[in-house]
Amino acid sequence: MGKHPEYQDWEEKELAASLKRFPERKEKFANHGGEEISRLAVPDRIDDTYLENIGFPGRYPYTRGVQPTMYRGRFWTMRQYAGFSTASESNRRYRYLLDQGTTGLSIAFDLPTQIGYDSDHPMAAGEVGKVGVAIDSLADMELLFDRIPLDKVSTSMTINAPAAVLLAMYVVVGEKQGVATHKLKGTIQNDILKEYVARGTYIFPPKPSLRLITDTFKWCTEHTPEFNTISISGYHIREAGSTAVQEVAFTLANGITYVQAALDAGLELDNFARRLSFFFNASSDLLEEVAKFRAARRLWARIMKDRFNARKPESQMLRFHTQTAGYTLTAQQIDNNIVRVALQALSAVLGGTQSLHTNSRDEALSLPTEDSVRTALRTQQVIAHESGVTSSVDPLAGSYFIEELTDRIETQASELIGKIEKAGGVVAAIEDGFIQRQIENSAYEYQQEIEKRERIIVGVNDFQIEEQTKPPLLRVNPEVEHDQVQALKELRAKRDNEKVKKALASLSACARNSSNLMPEILAAVKAYATLGEICQVLREVFGEYRG
Amino acid sequence: MPEQKKTHRVLIGKPGLDGHDRGAKFLARALRDAGFEVVYTGIRRTPEEIAAAAVQEDVSAVGLSLLSGAHMSLFPAVVQALKNAGAGDIPVLGGGIIPDEDIDLLKEAGISEVYTPGTPVEKIIAAFRSACEKQEARRT
Amino acid sequence: MKSEDILRGLRDRDPRGIARAISLVEENDPLADEILSSLDDALVAEAMILGITGPPGAGKSTLTDRVIAKYRLKGKRVGVIAVDPSSPISGGALLGDRVRMMGHALDKDVVVRSMATRGRLGGLCAAAGAAMRILASSGCSVIIIETVGVGQSEMDIIRIADITALVLAPGLGDDIQAMKAGLLEVADILIVNKADCPGAEALAMDMESIAREGGSKEKDRAKVCMTVASEGKGIDELLAAIETVDASHRESGERRTRREKAYDLEVLEWALEMIKPSIIEKINTWNHDRKGAPRLQAAKLLGRECVRISE
Repeated sequence: MGKHPEYQDWEEKELAASLKRFPERKEKFANHGGEEISRLAVPDRIDDTYLENIGFPGRYPYTRGVQPTMYRGRFWTMRQYAGFSTASESNRRYRYLLDQGTTGLSIAFDLPTQIGYDSDHPMAAGEVGKVGVAIDSLADMELLFDRIPLDKVSTSMTINAPAAVLLAMYVVVGEKQGVATHKLKGTIQNDILKEYVARGTYIFPPKPSLRLITDTFKWCTEHTPEFNTISISGYHIREAGSTAVQEVAFTLANGITYVQAALDAGLELDNFARRLSFFFNASSDLLEEVAKFRAARRLWARIMKDRFNARKPESQMLRFHTQTAGYTLTAQQIDNNIVRVALQALSAVLGGTQSLHTNSRDEALSLPTEDSVRTALRTQQVIAHESGVTSSVDPLAGSYFIEELTDRIETQASELIGKIEKAGGVVAAIEDGFIQRQIENSAYEYQQEIEKRERIIVGVNDFQIEEQTKPPLLRVNPEVEHDQVQALKELRAKRDNEKVKKALASLSACARNSSNLMPEILAAVKAYATLGEICQVLREVFGEYRG
Repeated sequence: MPEQKKTHRVLIGKPGLDGHDRGAKFLARALRDAGFEVVYTGIRRTPEEIAAAAVQEDVSAVGLSLLSGAHMSLFPAVVQALKNAGAGDIPVLGGGIIPDEDIDLLKEAGISEVYTPGTPVEKIIAAFRSACEKQEARRT
Repeated sequence: MKSEDILRGLRDRDPRGIARAISLVEENDPLADEILSSLDDALVAEAMILGITGPPGAGKSTLTDRVIAKYRLKGKRVGVIAVDPSSPISGGALLGDRVRMMGHALDKDVVVRSMATRGRLGGLCAAAGAAMRILASSGCSVIIIETVGVGQSEMDIIRIADITALVLAPGLGDDIQAMKAGLLEVADILIVNKADCPGAEALAMDMESIAREGGSKEKDRAKVCMTVASEGKGIDELLAAIETVDASHRESGERRTRREKAYDLEVLEWALEMIKPSIIEKINTWNHDRKGAPRLQAAKLLGRECVRISE
């Protein structure tokens, strides 16, 4: 029996084109013994159901992955989320990570930065440099990327409400390094909707927030074509306690909202959709997680094609970053966390992630130490180089269990999205607390199962031991806040304050009309206006969201 | 017929900028299910706001949750804010990602109990109950 | 706090004193009488009691937050009693309405008090009424009672308000159908919140037609207001509507009639509250055989009780 014509068609089109552009890592993928490992295992008889629901990697509906050869071509980006203290301290950690073989940077900002407060704002007290790096102005950003060539790395920034400001700073640092803006690669999280329900670093109400987001979509389409303009995040929704189905549903519902907002703002679908990216959680239920990633990819492809009429394949592809589940880490017997993270990371790889962060063993206690960050990175490297799961594309496809679960997650998520739309869409569902309540209820049930020991967490409610030794912890130097405030004071003294004032006035005027905010933000950033000053101008015009 | 038991009122607050409220919300519900009346402040509150709410709601204990590492400045700041509001007698309990060596320092600063991840909720509820009973006995 | 501290605190409008006083009255503490007899009746008589009710998700707390802000701009001291249901199983309650009002937490002239229904069969009006009196006596000239308009006890509590506003929003379909019968009858103002959402116009027209059923004369009908509380839109119009209703109620004597009814209701509830412990004690200690209809037993028990009371 010959090859199914569709299979052959895929080989001749997607596969051939991919092999030509990105040769595979090896000439031959073989086991110990020299037997060749098949690139893509398919059923003997390919039928319509298979074609409709599973298909081929790099082809609609993308259940099996977004690239035809997946990790045979290139591993996922090993991207460790990091940042703490001052810009120079974080810079040192980034260069360490690059030395150790990470392939992309992921910047953690402290909470004042994420909420648009300068380090000397009263609300910032005690929080400066704690959960990430403190960035007050372009000057800090210059230090943060000192001796890191922005044309060589891709940088992901976990920044939402003030994403446009940090993006502007990144662009200007690139300019100063002599890197052409269109060559910059990276991602801004820029996903405000999940902040209202799960993460809490909102500043403005939904409407102006969506405007800021579509403004960045538009600006990036023209200036930074290689930059992901948003990372639509289920990660934090899951961390807040949702189920896997809710994670998919709420994330994709948010995605729909952004696409609609961009269309309403007059953007061309196939121009901006290719730079939408996603971010999911890899939790402990290994097979459910694999199915979740596959279901999300398929459901998004269907939404983009059927609902929004996306024509280009890139617009239909759900590309995603994954982080292992922070909420599953335990403060007890912390070495067990290494095992949890390994299993979770494996699910992300089996599910076809594009990039991955693995948590460190000590994160239930404090910020990770350098040693534990290295082990977390090594976990990815072991999966990549030793486990063998990277030699064949979507190796779990066709498992009765996996396919059944993939179907079920897609169906249930789709129903939940329908419910949200019936309730008036995501923004209305956030305002009346529908989404928050769903997440809270799931979180409550999960925790009650642990309390009642219906769900065993090793080392926490079973298999406990008395622990004598305490692991070394990383502490942020308490001087950081003082130093940061001092540096800010000096900056304000030495910059051209007339220029700052003008730039801020111009930004304010722009915020009041409807033209794109990015050029004004860029000008303010270049004048060394601080993040807090820029956000204050926007606060005055847009108002503040109250949770 | 049972006598009506006294209902304990407590406040659960999230000081600072940390938005991770999974733990705080879980505890609020668990306390409710244990018969407490629980006032929840929502995220991103200043110590002064938390103290003012605790006073207006006449709670017998305040619980704080924080995962951002800012507990060493924010927990004592709430204790101080309560004192400034004339309510220094209201006990404050804290929880979150808190290294062991900080716990003693926090207790010295007036936090009556400190809980870290993995503590059974029954234990925390019992601590709130005992804190409320003591406070109510002292108050009247 | 000692009793004289509480009484002094109450006089001095000290937040702790006010808060303790409300608790002590709510708990039926022996001090309650002293507290309540120290109140300033003139202030209580003059305050405006505004009931805000509606189904979950309509945006009551956000709206209340905006209304507080407007009254503060007018220089009024505002009290809020936010009522949430107690769990019938545990007796506990989650009091979450404050979250949306935390912006006023540091304003000394905004006093917010959350109150749980505590499964009181009635009795809630007594407790909320007392809290209202304490707040009014402490200088709050506007007192908002915010409650979910679903259960009977929550609906009852609205009876102590001078003016009642019912908040609705598009997309809450079934709830609104269920509420039409009861709450629409007591509402003076019908608020269509989330007026920027699809379906708001239709809902407003629905409300207008219901309001027309309320009377042939314009001034007898419920007013319909459109708001977007999350953006602070329509709040000025809402306050104007409240003012109009208030003026008309004062002129027609409706305000006085409502106050008198509310007063009697509070008296009734307090009387029942007071009599309840002795009945419970009777049931617990009375050597009855638990035979025959409970109703007959109750009559027998009450008959003896009634005789004693009338003596």
